[in-house]
Amino acid sequence: MAVDKDIRASIAVTRFGLGARPGEIAAARGDPEAYLTAQIRPEGADRPAGATATSGERINEYVAYRKARAMEKHLGVGKTDDGRMANRALRLEAGGDFFARVQLAARTDAGFRERWTLFWANHFTVSAKKLATVTLVGPFEEEAIRPRVFGRFEDLLVASSSHPAMLTYLDQARSIGPGSITARTKDRGGRRAGLNENLAREIMELHTVGVDAGYSQDDVTEFARAMTGWSFAGRGDSADSGRGFLFREEAHEPGARTIMGRRYAGAGQAQARAVMKDLAASPHTARHIAVKIARHFVADDPPPTLVARLEQAYLRTGGRLDAVANALIASPEAWEPAARKFKTPYEFMVSSWRAANVAPTDLQSIAAVMTAMGQKPFSAPSPKGWPEEAQVWCAPDAVVKRMTWSEAFATQVTGDRDPVQLAQVALGARLTPLVAKTIARAETRQEGLSILLMSPEFQRR
Amino acid sequence: MIPADACRHPSRRHALLGALGLGITVEFLGARAWADSERASAGKKLVVIVCRGGLDGLSLSPPVGDPAYATLRGPIALAPFGQPGGALKLDGAFGLHPAMAVTHGLAMKGEARIAPAVATPDRERSHFEAQDVLESGASVVYGTSSGWLNRALEAMGPEGKVKALSMGATAPLILRGKIEAASWSPGAAAETDHRLPGILHDLYAGDPLLGPALASGLATRDMAKIATADAATLAAPEMSGPASSPAEGPAVSGGAPYKAAPRQAPALARNLGATLAGFMTQPGGAQVAAVVIDGFDTHANQGAAQGQLALRLTYVDAFLDGLSTGLNGAWRDTVVVMATEFGRTARVNGTGGTDHGTASTALLLGGALKKGGIVGDWPTLAEAKLFENRDTAPTMDMRGLFKGVLQGHLGIDRARLDTTVFPGSARVAPAVGVV
Repeated sequence: MAVDKDIRASIAVTRFGLGARPGEIAAARGDPEAYLTAQIRPEGADRPAGATATSGERINEYVAYRKARAMEKHLGVGKTDDGRMANRALRLEAGGDFFARVQLAARTDAGFRERWTLFWANHFTVSAKKLATVTLVGPFEEEAIRPRVFGRFEDLLVASSSHPAMLTYLDQARSIGPGSITARTKDRGGRRAGLNENLAREIMELHTVGVDAGYSQDDVTEFARAMTGWSFAGRGDSADSGRGFLFREEAHEPGARTIMGRRYAGAGQAQARAVMKDLAASPHTARHIAVKIARHFVADDPPPTLVARLEQAYLRTGGRLDAVANALIASPEAWEPAARKFKTPYEFMVSSWRAANVAPTDLQSIAAVMTAMGQKPFSAPSPKGWPEEAQVWCAPDAVVKRMTWSEAFATQVTGDRDPVQLAQVALGARLTPLVAKTIARAETRQEGLSILLMSPEFQRR
Repeated sequence: MIPADACRHPSRRHALLGALGLGITVEFLGARAWADSERASAGKKLVVIVCRGGLDGLSLSPPVGDPAYATLRGPIALAPFGQPGGALKLDGAFGLHPAMAVTHGLAMKGEARIAPAVATPDRERSHFEAQDVLESGASVVYGTSSGWLNRALEAMGPEGKVKALSMGATAPLILRGKIEAASWSPGAAAETDHRLPGILHDLYAGDPLLGPALASGLATRDMAKIATADAATLAAPEMSGPASSPAEGPAVSGGAPYKAAPRQAPALARNLGATLAGFMTQPGGAQVAAVVIDGFDTHANQGAAQGQLALRLTYVDAFLDGLSTGLNGAWRDTVVVMATEFGRTARVNGTGGTDHGTASTALLLGGALKKGGIVGDWPTLAEAKLFENRDTAPTMDMRGLFKGVLQGHLGIDRARLDTTVFPGSARVAPAVGVV
């Protein structure tokens, strides 16, 4: 039983959480499950310190930047130094947001709460791959995701789908109903105003029911029509607007819609809202979410019994995410001793900082390394977010880069600390005798820490 | 993975890798059984480029001679041949996007052709399903967890016989599977503690994931030193900075497509192409390579002769330039296939872009191609011919195109293509007259 408790304590901190800082595994040992459930709270996730700008402020800056660029074009002066500086400033702000998040991850005492939050941020991915979204990813997480990660899924869905960042990233903001007032009255320089189905499709496919739910192209198009008008106060609007969500009645496609066999007569903003309510309540969504959570926390190919437990918790509570989190913690499958998840670069670096009890001091060095390992900050490759599969992250080149980084990191942080002790503190009962012995035989302390970080058990969780 | 001369002068690391069973040791296994396919494929090179996001075939190879084209496309239609910013003429109906000047030059020599209406068997218009089907080669989504290119390697010889490489920091599905493929992405290759690789090798002895990955990664890193040195000599005149370009390379997935300044980006892309050529031409180098380029999901403001998509195509053209130039004499034994998960809507949408569609253009290049016109039939863009009144209709199963290349170029027999490389695809015939 004591052995069992030791292994459960290390699983609580390293698999459910973000990796152990000194003393964390010992703190979880009394009651590993309670250690995790205590991190679930109605007010949601922690807020990264120092990330202060709102999405409205960021949009104002971006609007100013675009106006300056347009002026440069108009004057035919090419990109001025001011323009280049402004572009750089936008990217630096995004870097600041990412760095604040990294600091939180490296230091938090509630590692499970932060992992749970990162899961939802990835589920509702907004990527910095567009210049217009570069500075909005941080505020999006802060405003739409973090407050709601232990509330109702439906609220999270609506918050995400109405946030300027998502509306920009998936092109919803300018989608116009072909039969709307805007389309009939506004001749946009000979260009036909019309639908853009990007967000509607990804809400169905990625955020809610999933691609196997049996919907058709017509359902996607109908939902896109229902979504028309969901926009935000952007470049064409007054700066006093607050730059928040804006329903553009005049761009909304009039009439009832039929989506997945249900008719939505409601007009205006309420129409798409009603669709979202039904999507959130769908058993397909319960299933889709359950599979994704199980895959993230436990195994790329998760046990069906675990998926069923999460699905039941979702359905029983009308999609309450605190209930789903509690169900995950209560599932025996999640506590299987064999670690089956290979860490992503972000998880690997965060757990390394935690093991060494340090926090990163500058963004530049970590951004370059994360990019080299395949996980450029805030820049998931697609709306699907970062992949989960070990095979993706364990590419030969990426493993060499992890090794190179581990050595440089160990050189910086080891000092006169004993790597064997660091290993015990970082992995607890998950430390195998072979790795412990190999670390003990290292030529230098730095080499010992490199071996710990690159060990099969530290690379997994 | 081990350069031939390294076998004669084994360093500590090469001895270590030899002991891992990569390279030299396996070449003795089953060599005779595979002699036939070996003869057929010796020296042949294949590069598969996957364009993720749904590349708009009607912009890559605009059918400016199709009567419906200009109307459907409106502001994003490319101008007819000969006009400023107009399409570069291939035949009476088709051109190439003006950003594809190098490719057009190859086409004029019979070394580039288009297949204008190919599609995977998937019809769902979901990026992720269609990408899965494109790269796995299965007839249904999530039908297999390995990639068709990996299974093609398996069909060509015992494990490790044919070397393969993917470019990019993460491993693409198309090359995942039983055969361990190398991967490489740009980034400074710092020298490491000489002991650590050996220690980790022992530690990873029982680890099916980390063991092979580390061994392959180290071997590739050694080759990269040679390959990037080769690429430096081919670098474009405007290139500045070191040959091993920074991680913000423009083209390879996992990099940062919009970060590099537009003027600099083509040079970086050309350098990446030349680097890949360097990998493929050195002794023991990769014979087969996979490259993933993303950023083609042009829902809004995709542009015409200039704009977002034009910029991406400039990268692609520069990459192909670097690759074809870098391969030099080996280009005549090379086929490059470039494909995407689906095309885009025939009509421009309400935001100056296009939404998810069905058939798109695949591009074939290489000195090993047979000369000829378009591959497959053109369904036309007449309203009645559009798939679901929306998209370019597919006239060719993408697997048929891939099969034609694998059969004609690498000598993989039909039975294997029908059953293991593309499971359950017996009724999809290999494209003829391509290689």
